Order: sequence, then C-alpha cells, then structure tokens
Amino acid sequence: MSEKLIERAVYQRPAALSDTPTHYCPGCGHGLIHKLIAEVIDELGLRGRTIAVAPVGCAVFLYNYFDLDSAEAAHGRAPAMATGLKRVQPDKVVFTYQGDGDLAAIGIAEAIWAASRGENITTFFVNNAIYGMTGGQMAPTSLPGQVTTSSPTGRDVKMTGMPIRIAELMAGLPGTAIDARCATYNIYTIKQAKKAIRTALQTQLAGAGFSLVEFLSACPTNWKMTPQEALLWVEQTMTDYYPLGIYKDTAP
Amino acid sequence: MSKELLKGNVAIAEAAIRAGCQAYFGYPITPQTELLEHMARRMPQLGRVFLQAESEVAAINMVYGAACAGARVMTSSSGPGVSLMQEGLSYIACSQVPVVLIDIMRGGPGLGNIQPSQSDYNQLTKSAGHGDFHSIVLAPASVQEAINLTGLAFDLAEKYRTIAVVAGDGIIGQMMEPAELPPMRHPCPTRPAWALTGAEGRSKNIITSVFLGGANLEKVNDRLQAKLERIHTAETRYADFMTTDADILLVAFGTAARVAQTAVRQARQEGIRAGLLRPITLWPFPHMRLEQLSRQVEAILVVEMNAGQMVDDVRLAVGGLVPVDFLGHTGGVVPLPDEILDRLHGYTRRLWTPAPHPDDYDWLEPMAA
Repeated sequence: MSEKLIERAVYQRPAALSDTPTHYCPGCGHGLIHKLIAEVIDELGLRGRTIAVAPVGCAVFLYNYFDLDSAEAAHGRAPAMATGLKRVQPDKVVFTYQGDGDLAAIGIAEAIWAASRGENITTFFVNNAIYGMTGGQMAPTSLPGQVTTSSPTGRDVKMTGMPIRIAELMAGLPGTAIDARCATYNIYTIKQAKKAIRTALQTQLAGAGFSLVEFLSACPTNWKMTPQEALLWVEQTMTDYYPLGIYKDTAP
Repeated sequence: MSKELLKGNVAIAEAAIRAGCQAYFGYPITPQTELLEHMARRMPQLGRVFLQAESEVAAINMVYGAACAGARVMTSSSGPGVSLMQEGLSYIACSQVPVVLIDIMRGGPGLGNIQPSQSDYNQLTKSAGHGDFHSIVLAPASVQEAINLTGLAFDLAEKYRTIAVVAGDGIIGQMMEPAELPPMRHPCPTRPAWALTGAEGRSKNIITSVFLGGANLEKVNDRLQAKLERIHTAETRYADFMTTDADILLVAFGTAARVAQTAVRQARQEGIRAGLLRPITLWPFPHMRLEQLSRQVEAILVVEMNAGQMVDDVRLAVGGLVPVDFLGHTGGVVPLPDEILDRLHGYTRRLWTPAPHPDDYDWLEPMAA
C-alpha cells in the first residue's frame, strides 16, 4: 500500500530575520520579540520598505539579526533619528527598538516628543527592569527593592523615586494612537504581543500616529535567575506593577 | 538674478533651499533664529520638510536620520546649541553621512550673550564631539560669501560624505548687505545606493557607528583619516589681501577679517606694508600658504573675536619663524580698525626704528675720568 508523503513546512525563519545566531543570553526575551516583529513584517509584506532603528543597549546589534535596512542610533535618540528617516520618506515603515534605559532614562525626551507630535513611527519598548549590556545596573523601571549592581541593597524608592510606567505615561499624550503593554512569558501572552505588533504597524501604515508596544521581558543573567525563574518573575512580580493591557487604541 | 538687500540669516536659509535642501530640523536660538523662521515659512511651501525639534539634541539626531535616508539635510544653531549637538555630530562623522550645519556664533562660554563672536572656533575645527574627526568648516566674511559657501557646504558634504559647517559670527547672521542669490537647484529625485530606503530587491543597508574589536574600529578610523587627508589636500581655501609685498601679516576670518582689511588699507596709506590672509576654510586650515608667507613677513598679528582660538593653528603653521601676536576681544566685543592700526604702529617702531642696544654704553667715558 502506497502512502503519499506530503511535505509541508510548519515552521520557518521569517524572511525579515537574518540567518545569524544572536549574542543574546539564554532565556533573554530579545530573540523572541525580534522574531515576532519579523513575522508580522513578513505577514504584512513590509520587508522591502521597513527601516529599523537600533538602540544602545543589548539590542544594539539588532541589524545583524533583522534582514532590514537599519540605522544604529545614539543612546536614547532613536525616536529623533526615526523622525528624520520617516519625514523624508513618509511611504516607508520606520520602527525603533529600545530598552528601558535607552527609552525611559536618557531618551525619554525624544520618546515623549515623538509621541507628542504623533510621529507616524512605531516604538517597540523592551522593559526588563535592568541595564543589561552594562552588567545589571538599576533602570528607571527597576522595581522597588530590586537588587542591582547600582542598588546593591535593593532599589530605595525614597532616594530614587518609584519606577516609571511608560505605557501609562504615553497613553496620556494626544499624539499616541496605539499603546499596549505585553509580555512573552507564555503562549497566550506571546500571541497577544504579536497581535499588538500587528496593530501598531497597521496603525503606522494607516498614517494614524505614534504607536508604542511595551514588552515585559526577562533578563535571567542580570536578575541572577534561571530562565524559568525569570519568566515566573515577569508573570508574578513585574505584571503587578506593570499591568498588561491596551492603554490606548484610537486606530482607524 | 540681481542684487537685493538681504539679512545674513535669511540669505543663508534661502541659499540652502536653492541648493536643493530637502529637510531642515532646528531649534530656536539667537542670533540664528531668522534662519529657522525662513525655513518654517518656505520649506512647506515647496513641499519640503521643516520641523522644529524639542532640543538641539533631537534636532541633530533628526538630521542624522534624514541623512541616513540620503536626503539633503541641514540644521542651524549657535554655540550653546552646537555644544548640545556634539554627540550627534560624532555619530554622524563615524557613520559618514553628509550633513550641513550652520553655526551663527555668539559670545561664550556658558549662556554667554547674544553679541557677535567667533567663540566656536575650537569646538568646530578641532573635533566637534568625541573621537578622531574633523568637519569642513567654512567661514564667510560677507552675506554674499555666506550664500556661496552654503551652496558649497552641501556639495562638499555629499562629495566626501562628511559634516560641512558654515561658521558665521552674529554680525554675518544679523547684518543686511546687497547680495545675489543663486538660481534654484531642485532636490535630487533619487537617493544614493547606500541610503536606508527599505531593502526592496537588494541586500540590506546598515548605517552604524559601532565597530567592536580594535582592528575593526581602527580600519574605520583609517578610512576616515584618509578621507580627511584628501579633504585637506583638495579643499583648503583662503583669500590673500595685499600680501605680495607685505612685511606685517594680519590673519583673520569672518567679520574680524573685514575689520582687519580696513586696518590694512589705512596702514597702507601711511606707508606701512601690511597684508591680510583670510582663511575661508577654518578646517582644513591653510597651513601651507601661511608657512610660505611666514618666510616673507617680519611679524604676524592674529585678529579674532575670541581669546585667540586660532593663534595655535597659526603658530603651528609658521613654526616659530616669526613672532605671532594676538589682538582680539571676547564677550561679543568687535575689534576696531584703529586698535589694529595702533598695534601696527607698535610693530613699525619695534621692527624698523633702530633701538639702542642694551650692551651699548660709552666705555670710554670712565677712562677719561
């Protein structure tokens, strides 16, 4: 009895990703978030008209991993650079990819102003509550009491204030069209995250204004946890202070 | 085209537009604000990009982004704003994208004041940010020259994929002079092959300033230095005024050179053989011409509207062959021709009036006693 063998690809690397191993640590969220963005770019057919702006931080080399035209910005300045890229070619899709130190500390002025102008770009904001690349210092989003190399006895909020909530902050700006906080600690949140990426890029395509997707992401290396513990920490601890959800959706 | 009475800042802005500038990003600062205001009015009329940024930090990074897209782009500012742009300028220099910056200089340091000054010579010519690089720095001495050098700045920036600065002092920005604008050159409809335009049908383009590994970054720096060397050889510009038979040489740029030129004319009427070398490119500095002239003249006087920032460059060029003195003012005070002339009188006494030799005494007198 002959059986017809049907080969069907059930999974392949998105075309918007290069065939390059990343430098990210085991359990780091960046790889997965890169892949989700690349999948949506593929699905929307945007690879040939998308420009990525990389941050300073762990994702500084994202242009090695995305197969897209890419620029590497100065620390925190990605939204300003993206503004320049977009204004002179409004038909292109431009996104920034920024960490918490890059966006919420040194670059908060550029981020707020891009949103405030309703700049027609998308910002992917990866919040792992720590400075990863420099080896685990306190971030503007580090949680109260969180031990880091620059808050060795735990973040003292009397001295440093409470962590900043970017999704809530950006939702208050009239120019923000899409604003969501997602996570990637289980299948459900990963699917929600991908949906938010798609909405954000579609919003940009519609010319409707600034879109922000925040991702709560794990940094097992600097949190000094196993990858599994780190995902649990995102789910059980981070989401308490940073609730997931859609903070603004005025997309057409 | 014919001459019209034009204010420097407006003339520079219009010259940039006619040079095909496609995008302007800037932040208001005296004494360059009229430049931004002219762009605000004209650029949208022509369907080009004008955007007032939230800071000079943002402005230069917007310029950086637009330059990465291959657009003809510029910004303008004054000393305090240029200080804020230094981060972006360093990234732009390493990434090797073409950018034009207009700096209408004011008194410094700090907030200083809004009087005309040449206080940004060092920050513009030495290295406008961290790392080993130079921008091309063009220093106009009139509104007409500001117009011409603005057009040249765009062409040089693109030719060498570098930063080209037009450095005018507050007087160049604020004064009105008869000048002629060039005809409109329309923006180039295509973008260069290296630009970030989306990787449709080709492999991706990457514009970055991070190169890990000593050998990698050194290779980038070597390329950058080789380019600077080519610029130094091909693009050094200066103007001579009555130097052919000069005994005393004045060296001055921008508005200070206008004042120095008047002083040279007055000195000539008195029979003092003064001449003037006016660097038009502050970087690359006209070392060779100055070295030639130092073999001819007896003394050099540098005149500036700062505390003598160009003096080091002049001294390097003359290599100790002749004394190099300085006359200048800070704080936005402009030197006057009479002061320069007084100084020239001092030289003529010192250099050409025989003074009594310190060892010369009448040794016969004691013998007679």
